[in-house]
Amino acid sequence: MTLQMKSTVRRSGPRVLVLRGGEVVDADGRRRADVVVEDGVVTAVGTGVAVPPGATVLDAGGCVVAPGLVDLHAHLRQPGREEAETVETGAWAAALGGYSAVVAMPNTEPAIDSAAVATEVLALGRTAPVEVAVAGAITVGRAGERLAPMAELAALGVRIFTDDGAGVQDGALMRRAMDYARGLGVILAQHCEDARLAGGGSMHEGPWSSRLGLPGVPAAAEEAMVARDLVLARDSRCRLHLLHLSTAGSVALVRQAKLAGVAVTAEATPHHLALTDAACATFDPVFKVNPPLRSEADVTALRGAVGDGTVDVVATDHAPHAPEAKDVPFDEAPPGMLGLETALAVTMEAVGLERALAAMSWQPAAIAGLADRHGGPVAAGAAANLCVVDPQARWTVDPATLASRSRNTPFAGRTLTGRLRHTISRGVAVVIDGEAQR
Amino acid sequence: MTHLLSIADLGREGIEEVLKVAEAFAEVERRPIPKVPTLRGRAVATLFFEESTRTRLSFETAAKRLSADVLSFSAGSSSVKKGESIRDTVETIEAMGMDALIVRHASAGVPAQVSRWVRRCKVVNGGDGWHEHPTQALLDCFTVRQSVGSIDGLRVLIVGDIRHSRVARSQVLAYDALGASVTLVAPGSLLPPSLEGWPVTVVDDLDAALPDADVVSLLRLQAERGSGAFVPSLREYTAHWGLTAQRAARLHPGAVVTHPGPMIRGVEIAGDVADLPQALVTRQVTNGVAVRMAVLFLLLGGAG
Repeated sequence: MTLQMKSTVRRSGPRVLVLRGGEVVDADGRRRADVVVEDGVVTAVGTGVAVPPGATVLDAGGCVVAPGLVDLHAHLRQPGREEAETVETGAWAAALGGYSAVVAMPNTEPAIDSAAVATEVLALGRTAPVEVAVAGAITVGRAGERLAPMAELAALGVRIFTDDGAGVQDGALMRRAMDYARGLGVILAQHCEDARLAGGGSMHEGPWSSRLGLPGVPAAAEEAMVARDLVLARDSRCRLHLLHLSTAGSVALVRQAKLAGVAVTAEATPHHLALTDAACATFDPVFKVNPPLRSEADVTALRGAVGDGTVDVVATDHAPHAPEAKDVPFDEAPPGMLGLETALAVTMEAVGLERALAAMSWQPAAIAGLADRHGGPVAAGAAANLCVVDPQARWTVDPATLASRSRNTPFAGRTLTGRLRHTISRGVAVVIDGEAQR
Repeated sequence: MTHLLSIADLGREGIEEVLKVAEAFAEVERRPIPKVPTLRGRAVATLFFEESTRTRLSFETAAKRLSADVLSFSAGSSSVKKGESIRDTVETIEAMGMDALIVRHASAGVPAQVSRWVRRCKVVNGGDGWHEHPTQALLDCFTVRQSVGSIDGLRVLIVGDIRHSRVARSQVLAYDALGASVTLVAPGSLLPPSLEGWPVTVVDDLDAALPDADVVSLLRLQAERGSGAFVPSLREYTAHWGLTAQRAARLHPGAVVTHPGPMIRGVEIAGDVADLPQALVTRQVTNGVAVRMAVLFLLLGGAG
């Protein structure tokens, strides 16, 4: 197997590692095994493997050793919003969450809609503790008017294109983007939201929004665009990925489309698997997110959809905002919440460890085109991108201790089960016993 | 009472207590010098991020009649225009030694947010977005009770733009808590998207509902809602949901009509209906002062 090690900078830290006493879980199943890593590559997996001389032994007793997680959907805010996050701080948050790769979303300022900006973000990623891939915009400036130079970006290795933060409103333009993208072998990822139907709402439209007097975003705002894009994908035969689905209706549409053979994958976020619109009752803007937290029935449907594979990926939609940006009236606050450092525990609680790993590691690695070096399986010869998780450990989320530059986690004070212990990124232990090895 | 953010903070007993105390203060208002020393030395600030003449004047009159010092803040002429955040504004004003903040804002939830930012101030919701306007509902209940005797068992009909009405949300909670049965009538586009959990009945036909109503609560239709956005025209709205003289004639003799003001005569209420003795609009304004005195007294009177 060839390794496309994109990083040119080798971080300090032990180069020979043994993860001892854990249980390996990957797409091939579950087995007790020690894992030996040398110079960025897994060299041995099994019981009773020899410990190479000079190796650093990391305890994995009682833990699961899995392929590193891959986040398809992280807002790293650089360039333009460095007060909220940078590639560096976001990548450390990712490492502490068990990720070995993240895809940086293109809604930066300026947007990643040209080779120049993509190159800048990729360069920033080279010194980051985990691999940073970038997604490009579908339209110039994410304005939804004309196509961004997708071929130019694809030549840099950009694999996913999205105007995330907004959906492409013009159906004819989206169809044209699909026709263009198909030949490039890239994926269009849609933020499904009909802006007119969403109508400037700030939470899920339903009993809670009605009682609280907050303008609502109806489920139909999402479902109308899901339905539109599924038929456009059917006709264009373009690979389509639907970002952060949040409603039972969206899930039903995707299930039907997959049965009909449409080349579509779908994503949900940890927060949509864990929280409902009832959280908005305190008017705390930390719970404002787009798409909004939905009803209990939607949460149940999403969990079921991750369970049965209708939803392929759990991705964070990690969206840092500086504290002062969220200390404003609910309807004026920017939407978004942190996710990278809590995603695995929250998702494990919602759908169980095996489904969580599939949806957060090997399935997103394949969609992002990173499967040659991320997502496992954990076997001799594979790139050493791994995470070690203690599935029983309980911990309480303290915003003050997060590596992200921002503090807007909706799980502050919540006790979660399942804690990241070690992260191995490109053969280096970047997190040991929950501590970043900066 | 820590703060008054929602009618739900009060419950039936809390509402009854406010109304009882308000009766005593209504008596004060009839004195030659309508002022008591109850809150002397206490300071009350009105923080109105959204303009409102009647609510602000009513709160400030109430505070002055209780001998509190009153500080008046309006967003139009302030640091907010210079870019200061609400949080910093609130912290600054509290630092001047305020005991209570009356907060009005065009966004739902701001008083609740302010209540988390203050250290010791009491916060009163003076109207927040479409969410609640608790003192308005309290003064409505006070006025209806004064006129009819008891709220318990009354049939209350709320008419109009319920979707965008903070008054309606507070009224539903207050009337229900006091034992009235509440019916809503409005064009579908002016109803909240979901009424799940609301203790109300919804009817479509105002004419059919009027003869059974003991209280008709009218809501203001903002002109922009009537100009083709939520209903085709003001004319069509008035024809189907306005309290015209013809419709008022269908009310039973003991029925009363309330309106939180400002009224748009000729739209939701005909001019001559607004002037009928059953229309309690002016009494609502008078009673507003006594009810707000009661709220301030209950929040501040015991402490400090």
